[in-house]
Amino acid sequence: MSVLQADRLSRAFGGRRAVSEVTLELHETECLALFGPNGAGKTTLLRLLAGLLKPTSGAARINGEALRGDASARGLVGFISHQSMLYGALTVRENIELAARLHGVADARGATEVALREMRVIERAQTPVRALSRGLQQRVSIARALVHRPRVLLLDEPYTGLDALGAAALTATLERLRKEGAHGGATLVLVTHNIGEGLALATHAAVMHGGRLLRLERREELNSASYADEYRELVGGAA
Amino acid sequence: MRPTLLAATWLVARKDLKIEFRTRTAFFAVLVFAILGVAIFYFAWDSTAVAAVDLAPGVLWVIFIFSGLLSLQRSFGVEQADRAMDGLLLSPIDREAIFLGKALANLVFVAGILLVTIPAVVLLYNLPLGRTLVILFAIALLAAVGLVAVGTLFSAMAANTRLAELLLPMLSLPFFVPVVYGAAQATSALLAGRPTAEAWPFLKLLIAFDLVFLFACTLAFPFTLEE
Amino acid sequence: MSSTKRPLFDWLFVVAVLSLIAAYVRAVFFTPIEALQGAAQKIYYVHVSAAISAYLALGIVALMSIVYLWLHDERADRLAESAGEVGLLFLTVVLTTGPLWGKPIWGAWWTWDARLTLTLFLWFLTAGYLVLRGAVDDAAMRSRYSAVLGVLAALLIPFIHLSVYLFNTLHPMPILLKPSKPSMPSDMLITFFSMWGACTLLCISLIGARYRYGVDRDALRALEGNGGDR
Repeated sequence: MSVLQADRLSRAFGGRRAVSEVTLELHETECLALFGPNGAGKTTLLRLLAGLLKPTSGAARINGEALRGDASARGLVGFISHQSMLYGALTVRENIELAARLHGVADARGATEVALREMRVIERAQTPVRALSRGLQQRVSIARALVHRPRVLLLDEPYTGLDALGAAALTATLERLRKEGAHGGATLVLVTHNIGEGLALATHAAVMHGGRLLRLERREELNSASYADEYRELVGGAA
Repeated sequence: MRPTLLAATWLVARKDLKIEFRTRTAFFAVLVFAILGVAIFYFAWDSTAVAAVDLAPGVLWVIFIFSGLLSLQRSFGVEQADRAMDGLLLSPIDREAIFLGKALANLVFVAGILLVTIPAVVLLYNLPLGRTLVILFAIALLAAVGLVAVGTLFSAMAANTRLAELLLPMLSLPFFVPVVYGAAQATSALLAGRPTAEAWPFLKLLIAFDLVFLFACTLAFPFTLEE
Repeated sequence: MSSTKRPLFDWLFVVAVLSLIAAYVRAVFFTPIEALQGAAQKIYYVHVSAAISAYLALGIVALMSIVYLWLHDERADRLAESAGEVGLLFLTVVLTTGPLWGKPIWGAWWTWDARLTLTLFLWFLTAGYLVLRGAVDDAAMRSRYSAVLGVLAALLIPFIHLSVYLFNTLHPMPILLKPSKPSMPSDMLITFFSMWGACTLLCISLIGARYRYGVDRDALRALEGNGGDR
């Protein structure tokens, strides 16, 4: 049984189809890098997979459970976007601990400590989030998304605003999660503009354009040298 | 195990109150507004025509509404920055818990304002102490529940629109009228020492309003979220 | 989304306007003047008819709001929007004829009695409803928000009623609603019913016209490709 499944997922806003009949299936330790130009529907797809949006037709499923119907299925997902989703007035620790408690984590305090160490933000644990730099906030945001040990991690352009050091730390953490995360390894979907960064982590790669999934293949099947050119050709220079 | 409705409500309320306590600016701003308002009404009134004890309740309820509105304005602002609301929506808690938690936090905020404003009214208008304070505070709390139920819902809606600061008062005020009316009539009956039976229909109006709209607004809240 | 074949203002509208004119002429020239209240009493025909039409329109808003929340059918939302605008129009008529009637009869422009106060609140709520609709850009959100407001406003009405009832009412007993024979002479009764009928026809035809406009407007918007961006 797949961990993450999209079954002819569609979403329209008014008359416009932002996501159109997307079907995909991912298992443990798999990481899908999703590329596409602006307005292709990647963010919408991610939000559908996270349960933040209701599909117009089709379904998103985690472990076979349809995401929208079931509140507990939401607990299996971690979501990272370029918005931090943090409360600026609360400290790093308070933000992460709140997320842990909201997810019903048994030992919220302990899990928070682990997450703080993992993302190397423990020295700033008592600082209000708004006093941190963008890069540090991003790390806290990631720690927050991981504290409940999600089986599925959805990342929407998480490298935005990160410096080279932050980007390397993020890649390392994601790799570790993918291979060694709970439940035999996490499943990742990574939306990024940077083809190199995306392919470095990916076991699968896909291109989205105009709401449709244009190509989806395993990492071994594609030619990373020419992928960037093939991608540009596919989206017609709209990158 | 995912948090129960009650546990999640408490988590959300506690979070809001913690944030409010950290910044404190909003609370003091509303407080100053309330006391200023009470004072200004004094100057707008002809003391030879109307006795203080008759005017005071009216002043209190008007100020109650407007400081209530100010308190509610900030309610969802904190969720919009950095899309913090998404964090709540991504967690496996009931949507209703988000509403109830925020309403509870708003209730505590408003109660805090009342804690200072009511004594201020009693003081500035030379009302008798003791029984007056208790009655005013009890009825104000009852009214605050209704105010906060409706106001939190409309605040959630208004936050997503272009005319947020204008829409919240515009939508909420018609709903506040039965609340204020019931509270004002009950207060004046009780303060003037008239039999409790006179105040009872108005208290029933308040309680019924609180129950109906707490229930209805909790149910309506998920519809105001993006689907 | 089909474009409407019927013109905006159709035969029903024409019938409504004609019957309104006929009823008006009858009211002014062919109905006896009431003994106690004098000529000003004739405003009553317009005032009450408009009130009933307004309540009809707003009842549609409330009902369609519930239907929309339940079925998510945009036609229900469009009908609610149309009925809301027409309702506001009729409410305004009620609120202007009320004082015009009240001043000669009671000597006061305004009385906080049951009917007028309720109408005033309905006016505020409907205006709020339309302002809310204007303030939301995303179509789906607009429909959902107004439907929520519509339902809550419907819940509020009994409380307004209760408040005013407790406040004591000054409005003359509705002459028509006695269980036995209504106490208006048959001449006036006929005038009243014809005015009421004409008003209702006008209300329905206006809502229909506004609805058809709404269909065309939404079709145009869909072509222009808006609808909330992600």
